[in-house]
Amino acid sequence: MYRYTDFDAAFVATRNAQFRAQVERRIDGSLTEDEFKPLRLMNGLYLQLHAYMLRVAIPYGTLNSAQLRQLAYIAERWDKGYGHFTTRQNIQFNWPKLRDVPDMLDALAEVQMHAIQTSGNTIRNVTADHFAGAAADEIADPRPVAELIRQWSTDHPEFQFLPRKFKIAVTGSPNDRAVTKAHDIGLRMIRNDAGKPGFEVIVGGGLGRTPVIGKIVRDFLPEADLLPYLEAVVSVWNLLGRRDNKYKSRIKITVHEHGIDDIRARVEDRFALLRPAFSGVDQQLFAQIKSDFAPPAFEDRDTAPFDQAYEQDSVFRSWADTNLSDHRAPGHAIAQISLKAHGATPGDASADQMRVMADLAARYGHDELRISHEQNIVLPHVHKADLPAIHAALKEAGLATANIGRISDIIACPGMDYCALATARSIPIAQEIATRFDQLKLEHEVGDLKIKISGCINACGHHHVGHIGVLGLDRAGVESYQITLGGDHTENAAIGQRTGPGFAADEIVPAIERIVDTYLSERLSADEAFIDTFARVGMTPFKTALYGENDKRAKAA
Amino acid sequence: MAAIFTPKVVTANALLEGDVVYLTDADTWSRDLEQAEVLTDEADAQIRLIEASARVDEVVGVYLAEVTPGSTGPEPAHFREAFRATGPSNYSHGKQSEAL
Repeated sequence: MYRYTDFDAAFVATRNAQFRAQVERRIDGSLTEDEFKPLRLMNGLYLQLHAYMLRVAIPYGTLNSAQLRQLAYIAERWDKGYGHFTTRQNIQFNWPKLRDVPDMLDALAEVQMHAIQTSGNTIRNVTADHFAGAAADEIADPRPVAELIRQWSTDHPEFQFLPRKFKIAVTGSPNDRAVTKAHDIGLRMIRNDAGKPGFEVIVGGGLGRTPVIGKIVRDFLPEADLLPYLEAVVSVWNLLGRRDNKYKSRIKITVHEHGIDDIRARVEDRFALLRPAFSGVDQQLFAQIKSDFAPPAFEDRDTAPFDQAYEQDSVFRSWADTNLSDHRAPGHAIAQISLKAHGATPGDASADQMRVMADLAARYGHDELRISHEQNIVLPHVHKADLPAIHAALKEAGLATANIGRISDIIACPGMDYCALATARSIPIAQEIATRFDQLKLEHEVGDLKIKISGCINACGHHHVGHIGVLGLDRAGVESYQITLGGDHTENAAIGQRTGPGFAADEIVPAIERIVDTYLSERLSADEAFIDTFARVGMTPFKTALYGENDKRAKAA
Repeated sequence: MAAIFTPKVVTANALLEGDVVYLTDADTWSRDLEQAEVLTDEADAQIRLIEASARVDEVVGVYLAEVTPGSTGPEPAHFREAFRATGPSNYSHGKQSEAL
């Protein structure tokens, strides 16, 4: 893992001291709220529906056990004993008091963490494949790239007042687990025909009120050109991007209005100008960063304890079948810890649960944890022989739900239970769907199905790319939920299609049930996943199931 | 034709705690919607809003929220205000589980 240099530590300490003084000046009346708000947002502090909310960056979703323990401590000392892991691999504390936030930031700095650029019109926390450095299908570890971008973008003087926020995601695997096509810039690490490492650069993707799948702006960017090229893209958008209308300010709109060819030409011009200024210091830094991400020493051990437990313990077998993924090292696995117990709030973990996971990472997992954008925790490097013990410990902590990738593994934004922007709730809808399908004992039969729920059109819950997407809206003072089908968050990224008119809060779970029933009756076999059945049969049978053959509402849609 | 004025309360978030607060007729801030002063006259409501907005060292984001009169005091007219008055609905925590 990357370790702060003296420079990093001093930078964060300075920012924290500045923010402490800003908070004092707000409280003593020297700063108005209008003056203070941009300052607090630069440091990740929002004011939400019921309280302040502190969003802490977890760079590319990577944590060690000491960091997770400190997050548990912060949750207990200054919040309500839990934290909420988000779709951007961050953690949010929902109940901090203004006076305590400087102390919370100092506590974060003790474990090399901060909340800088988790808000505001800046380049945000860089996200990456949560299986980075572990996945069997990976070409290269994306985290050194993400760390290089983090260092370049943090406090970048040209990019502190962008037209709007800017999000970058990196994947080192052809199987995209980082939703790169729904980011302002998506980077796919590839090799060219000569075997040289580089990137396919995707630009102008995004969800929100105008969902757009990103377009390729450069087929192959040599590795050493990364920072000047990124600087060229952001710089072109910084000048062109619309500041007159915040709904048209993201780079996806700029690309749409100017066309990808025009943007590409402008970026190449700018890149030609900037490239000579990058003398190679960035590449020296990159080489150092790479060494920080050297793979751990994987042990070659007998996997008999795993095989035995798999054979004898059906609960363990079920968990192993759903929550484990292939690891690059023999005898190892990637274990996902579901934060989606049926009926619980997706992405929430108590302080006690955080400590259990930290202990497991320290004892069995080379001290590494990841946060997935799907709001689960990952132990990226565990030996299969240790999995029975890990599973037993998780079970005791209420963390052994065997549902990764299943219908109850729902992404849900905080929605109107917490968020000031929300137009409807999303968490209770997720709770009800998960509880219902658990009662029906259907979820393993249904198989791979991603439900993603957002409580407003800003789409933090990624509903556009859910196999089933749910969007909560306020329709004349009543919560109403629109359904989309056929969205895809992978390398085959697609925006879901609306089924038709929305459903009231008490109609949404039965509606989801009808969709699932339709899938089960339409699929060719249990091997045909929901998304494949939808691609084959199209919207019609689902629409009929939702609205009936001759329903006026179906015709209206 | 001008829209008919519906009853309102002055609401905001407390500067230090972030809690949802309501303006009472004694010019104090209460965490309890039932304690809020109900404003039925548009001009009064605007004056109370301006006065409350000036209290920048106590509260943030002052606005008028619609209410309907109930047997024990004002009740939220919109579901958003109902969640603000009560707290999160995913499980009982925050205001609803703590003494006011």
